[in-house]
Amino acid sequence: MRVEQIAVFLENKSGRLAEITEILAKNGINIRALSVADTADFGILRLIVNKVDLAQKVLKENGFTVGKTTVLAVEVPDQAGGLAGVLKTVEAEGMNVEYMYAFVNKSGEKAVLIFRFDDMDKATQLLQKAGLTLLSGEQVCSL
Amino acid sequence: MNIMRVKEIETLPRAGLEAIQLQRLQSLVHRVYETVAPYREKMDAAGVKPGDIQSLADLKKLPFTTKDDLRDNYPFGLFTVPMDDVVRVHASSGTTGKPTVVGYTAGDIEMWASVMARALSMAGVTKGDMIHNAYGYGLFTGGLGAHYGAEYLGATVIPVSGGNTKRQITIMRDFGSTVLLATPSYALNLADAMADVGVSPEELKLRVGIHGAEPWSENMREEVERKLGIRAVDIYGLSEVIGPGVAMECLETDRGMHILEDHFLPEIVDPDTFEPLPYGEPGELVFTTLTKEAFPIIRYRTKDLSRLVAEPCKCGRTLVRMEKVTGRTDDMLIIRGVNVFPSQVEHVLMGVEGVEPHYQIEVNREGNLDTMEVMVEVSEQVFSDEIKVLENLTRKIQVEIKDLLGVTAKVKLVEPRTIKRSEGKAQRVIDNRKL
Repeated sequence: MRVEQIAVFLENKSGRLAEITEILAKNGINIRALSVADTADFGILRLIVNKVDLAQKVLKENGFTVGKTTVLAVEVPDQAGGLAGVLKTVEAEGMNVEYMYAFVNKSGEKAVLIFRFDDMDKATQLLQKAGLTLLSGEQVCSL
Repeated sequence: MNIMRVKEIETLPRAGLEAIQLQRLQSLVHRVYETVAPYREKMDAAGVKPGDIQSLADLKKLPFTTKDDLRDNYPFGLFTVPMDDVVRVHASSGTTGKPTVVGYTAGDIEMWASVMARALSMAGVTKGDMIHNAYGYGLFTGGLGAHYGAEYLGATVIPVSGGNTKRQITIMRDFGSTVLLATPSYALNLADAMADVGVSPEELKLRVGIHGAEPWSENMREEVERKLGIRAVDIYGLSEVIGPGVAMECLETDRGMHILEDHFLPEIVDPDTFEPLPYGEPGELVFTTLTKEAFPIIRYRTKDLSRLVAEPCKCGRTLVRMEKVTGRTDDMLIIRGVNVFPSQVEHVLMGVEGVEPHYQIEVNREGNLDTMEVMVEVSEQVFSDEIKVLENLTRKIQVEIKDLLGVTAKVKLVEPRTIKRSEGKAQRVIDNRKL
């Protein structure tokens, strides 16, 4: 139950993010979730979109360095302690979160947490065993 | 040092000097032809025999030697004596991964000390002086070359080397240093650090600064002289020829440095045709060593651009002068006194897996210090969605550049195709320093 994610290398200069979103819009690609990680010199844009392969292709054609990785999307009730419960589950096993970001679905009842763990297979097992809901890419995009 | 003997040599009528040069050149050419296969092969290929050198004008019949010849015969292939007779080696930057290695016999070390001592005397330095030697000691010829010259002269030398600027200021003040040997940028650095710690030039006994190993302008000279309250003079040398002590400004010169011509025979050649040019014409400086034993060199193309001045100097020396080096015929950069070739950076990048050699080097001068930034395009192979992976990559490149070049560079990852390619060939270096 993995979700494909697009990562794009960004130099810290103005207009790059706008350019990417424009390219995606022009190609009818919908962004479901995104996060930007940045350092003093560069940034990494991570995106979950409805058309992964097309997004990768058009961004590459426009000269961006693009990578594709998989992440886990965990659905939790949108209430206090939702994230804490998930983190407790993986932390107990000594797992590391490489990065994470989150969004709330349209109805506002559920939150979706996007995770990249150091050991993705083990994390998948742990979360499933704990009875947490893992979403597929399609599910994430249809929310 | 026998001052009368030095004066006699340095004021010889040209004919007398040229007779000495020719005799030394002939003996050198015979010696390298007999003992060093690469020289013999090149001379044979050019159809020239040692006996063909009948006058100094015949020098042009001999093939040139370049940094590539040194690389091809790395490390000791061009030495003319058995290693038993070599007492020291030095090295400088090669164009790729391997350094350029030079060797010295005991006789060479003594000759080097004597030319360096003569260079110091040209700046009015005597055995009564306290010499603060801030050139780096090590494989670089600057520190040890200047050191031996100072001792040969009979002066007191403080082998302080580079770095630890505050301590250097204390030593200069407490020991009463009268002569400063340093790169011009380090001299300015010392001056600024003195202002920071509240030590004024009047508290020091410094009288003269001897600055070389990197290009510097007349503006920089004025700045050094004003900030340190000294006379600042230029010195020239390169390890392939010997190190510091090849040429030196006297205190009376209005144009250029006297070449110690009884040991180093200069030529200026056209950088495109390599034809020798008459005195006064600008071109590439070429040196032949006349008296070196372990590592003599014939017609070494320095890639430094200069001009030879034949007019007699007010000081009375008849030695020809070379003007301040105005540039290079290749892409070598001098960063904080260290020679850097863009090809070395390329060599490092090629060695890091997945990194494409699309890079650009930007050199700036912040305050008095040169900074080097290497921009590297991020290929898909090295890209990651995790920050730490990319940060480890920049750190790795930085460490390898430091290991190979001896210079700390800032490494910056940039998007693909950021580095402009003009006519398919990338512009590798942007040098923003105003020298």
